[in-house]
Amino acid sequence: MGGWAIAVHGGAGVDPNLPHERQEEAKQLLTRCLNLGISALRSSLSAIDVVELVVRELESDPLFNSGRGSALTGKGTVEMEASIMDGSGRRCGAVSGLTMVKNPVSLARLVMDKSPHSYLAFSGAEEFGRQQGLEMVDNSYFITEDNVEMLKLAKEANTIMYDYRIPTVGLDTCSAVVESPLQMNGLPISVYAPETVGCVVVDSEGRCAAATSTGGLMNKMTGRIGDSPLIGAGTYACDLCGVSCTGEGEAIIRGTLSRDVAAVMEYKGLGLQEAVDYVIQERLDEGKAGLIAVSRNGEVAYGFNCVGMFRGCATENGFMEVGIWE
Amino acid sequence: MGWAIALHGGAGNIPLTLPPERREPEEAALRHCLQMGTAALKAKQPPLDVVELVVRELENNPHFNAGRGSVLTSNGTVEMEACIMDGICKEQGVETIDPSHFITPNNIERLERVKEANRVQIDYTEPIQKEVEKQTPVADGDSQIGTVGCVAVDIQGNLAAATSTGGFVNKMVGRIGDTPIIGAGTYANRFCAVSATGKGEAIMRATVARDVAAIMEYKGLSLKDAADYVIQECAPRGTAGLVAVSATGEVTMPFNTTGMFRACATEDGYSEIGIWPSV
Repeated sequence: MGGWAIAVHGGAGVDPNLPHERQEEAKQLLTRCLNLGISALRSSLSAIDVVELVVRELESDPLFNSGRGSALTGKGTVEMEASIMDGSGRRCGAVSGLTMVKNPVSLARLVMDKSPHSYLAFSGAEEFGRQQGLEMVDNSYFITEDNVEMLKLAKEANTIMYDYRIPTVGLDTCSAVVESPLQMNGLPISVYAPETVGCVVVDSEGRCAAATSTGGLMNKMTGRIGDSPLIGAGTYACDLCGVSCTGEGEAIIRGTLSRDVAAVMEYKGLGLQEAVDYVIQERLDEGKAGLIAVSRNGEVAYGFNCVGMFRGCATENGFMEVGIWE
Repeated sequence: MGWAIALHGGAGNIPLTLPPERREPEEAALRHCLQMGTAALKAKQPPLDVVELVVRELENNPHFNAGRGSVLTSNGTVEMEACIMDGICKEQGVETIDPSHFITPNNIERLERVKEANRVQIDYTEPIQKEVEKQTPVADGDSQIGTVGCVAVDIQGNLAAATSTGGFVNKMVGRIGDTPIIGAGTYANRFCAVSATGKGEAIMRATVARDVAAIMEYKGLSLKDAADYVIQECAPRGTAGLVAVSATGEVTMPFNTTGMFRACATEDGYSEIGIWPSV
């Protein structure tokens, strides 16, 4: 066995003009979450417990798009979704359409551990959460000033395709397809930055786990479900590895991105980094996305085909890195 | 090469003692839907349209657990889910594009269906327990009226798959199964189109539909071998069945349950309708 390893992400697809202070805030949050996970691993918590507690921390912080700080639906409300998977036994739990559960990833965990099902959504999911005694809050708890402003911009962007306020400086290093403002999910990245969060862990017993959580797409239709709660798309874990994805939901879904990392390892015998690279290059077509992954041998890897991904990773032998850009 | 179509009306513990009055309506429905789908393919309709029209027909038939005839949640209501995927095969080296549609349980439809649900006979299936699989013998009737699905391929190798279900009896309100999850119950790309049925949680964790295509692509197995592998090795006995077609017009319908309501036809004249394993 190669020891424990952990990776966290706060979304793939970052506005290259993101103000410096925001970049620093993001790196600090990633570092804090990484350290939380590392001390949990050092206390011999299992992979599944570690991914849950790290994602809870990311959900509680308003910075990224999950839990508090989630993107808003077209109606100005928050609807969250999450999924979690335990590589040993490939048990999984997922939730969608949450409006009152303070920590979606914990409800996903309860669905996995305490319900006869793997995926619950909307009122049924929240009722289950209530029965299980999870902390419930008002929908307003999740809404931040920043996102209320963002929603306004998004609604404007939907009527005019490009935002003339976004400076075009520094875009020459971006995707070759773009000739005007950098786009993701079809619209300017400053408004549609995914910022989904996730965590993958392999513990010292070689068990892998993964979890992903999000508020989804800014200005989304109510009821819209993305890739984050879909096992095999946004989240996957098995004996070999644990994977969490972020980016353009549709591309991740049709590329069954997280499952494919494990599938190429299993069916083509690729190593973790090779598998991650292969999937990012071959499985996304025109889509933009990123992912983090760990293997049962204590390796950690990440990949993305868009501009930037908020991420951090660490391994037992002392390696630690937090980054945003290439 | 040629067109091919396969459809299913659910895999499960369908007892061999199923009386004719329970069996015949379903066989008739399968035959009817097969004819509809076959006629559409012969008329050169795109596979995406063909799978939709066949599944619509299966949804409208109250003998199957989809649309009208969906089984009830623990609250006595109906919550349905469905999925359709288009695996386009474009010529001239253009990248494969797979637009997919994920439909969540629709509350408006749900209200309409509740009235119809009052007329549906409650299925006697045991709710599936998380840890322990109870194989309780059922007094009468089939153990699991299932999900429906259809896969089709045309002469150009364009593939599509669609699956639709009411879930399983007495499920928790808000429970989502494998059916609407791309890669679990439904999948199509340029290699094959797959629609799965059985125990949703097992199919989700084994990403059944995606794995058939992945094994064809990454291990070079044929459609039949890939599908057999997934059904035999990746899903526990008694949990899954699937129908699949390949870009070259092959068809396969393996299952590891007692039976699976199924039908298929290929351009060269082969056709089959069945419930239990053909000996």
